Amino acid sequence: MMRRTRLLIAAVVVVAALIYVIIGGIRGAVVYYITPSELLAQAEQAREKTIRVGGRVVPGSKTWDPATQELRFRLTDGSATVAVQYHGAPPGLFTEGQGAIVEGSWDQAGVVRARSIIVKHSEEYAPPTPRP
Amino acid sequence: MRSLSSLVGGAAVILLAAGLYVGLVASPPDAFQGDYVRIMYVHVPSAFVAYLAVGTVFVASILYLWRGREVYDHVAHSAGELAALFTALALAGGMIWGKPVWGTWWTWDARLVTTAILFLIFAGYLLVRELAEDRRRGARLAAVIGIIGALDVPIIHYSVVWFRTLHQPASIVRGDIKMAPPMVTALMINLLAFALLYLYLLLQRVRLERLEAAGAAAGAES
Repeated sequence: MMRRTRLLIAAVVVVAALIYVIIGGIRGAVVYYITPSELLAQAEQAREKTIRVGGRVVPGSKTWDPATQELRFRLTDGSATVAVQYHGAPPGLFTEGQGAIVEGSWDQAGVVRARSIIVKHSEEYAPPTPRP
Repeated sequence: MRSLSSLVGGAAVILLAAGLYVGLVASPPDAFQGDYVRIMYVHVPSAFVAYLAVGTVFVASILYLWRGREVYDHVAHSAGELAALFTALALAGGMIWGKPVWGTWWTWDARLVTTAILFLIFAGYLLVRELAEDRRRGARLAAVIGIIGALDVPIIHYSVVWFRTLHQPASIVRGDIKMAPPMVTALMINLLAFALLYLYLLLQRVRLERLEAAGAAAGAES
């Protein structure tokens, strides 16, 4: 009987986890992030809401002040660009020219106030090229 | 049967050792992610074997429901356990890679979500078998879950194409390889090693399953 109780508890846990993952997945998974162009196109509706924007970090746009912990950079999809502000150190592999996805809110001034930054990795793998 | 499984097991051990050496030592680090790329040599083969195991469950479950022969159920049950195990390994390896490279263990990305669903389906598959009062009823119900659950595999595989995801798409697609040749070699050796490991574990587990069934039948007679 003990064994059966344990199995039933396990079944409840599995079903609960499945429901949790499906609900979380429906909310976030179909469109994981929007592009800067899409954000600008729906600029008014997106204001003050939580959004996830992804793009390439514009080379030369990154400024990081260790004293105030202010990180600023711009994200582009080639046609549109948005400014991002983040409080905290950039993630380890955060590099200009690489992809990044930020989650945060889109403020009145048109700046994305990021609460988290995720570095997007491409499907390209290669050893480092020797520096000249 | 036994000599075949020893042969497969021996080949798997040799290839796993070779894969470990090539993956950790002989292959180069990645330009962007450095040594973290080596996690791929375990993560991708784990996911590949999870697909193989789910495919086995799918075929064996259909055969079991159609023909009703016990051996198909033995194969399905054994592969079902391996499906849960290797899906868990793929998820764990992915999380270990995701933390340093993406900056997060988990996020609600389509690839991640559909893979977690696959794991939970096969955890449920195993639980249903254990919970059933009547073994045959449990096996039939599990077969239905296994067949429906297997439909998640194409969804996982194409999630990175159908949806806009954080997870990168496949690097090796027919005629288009976005991976340096030494890395492709390391990945291929590990894929083959894991496939042989899967075959070995499956053969052994099916053998055990048959012995258990024979033991249960002998116990019922006496």
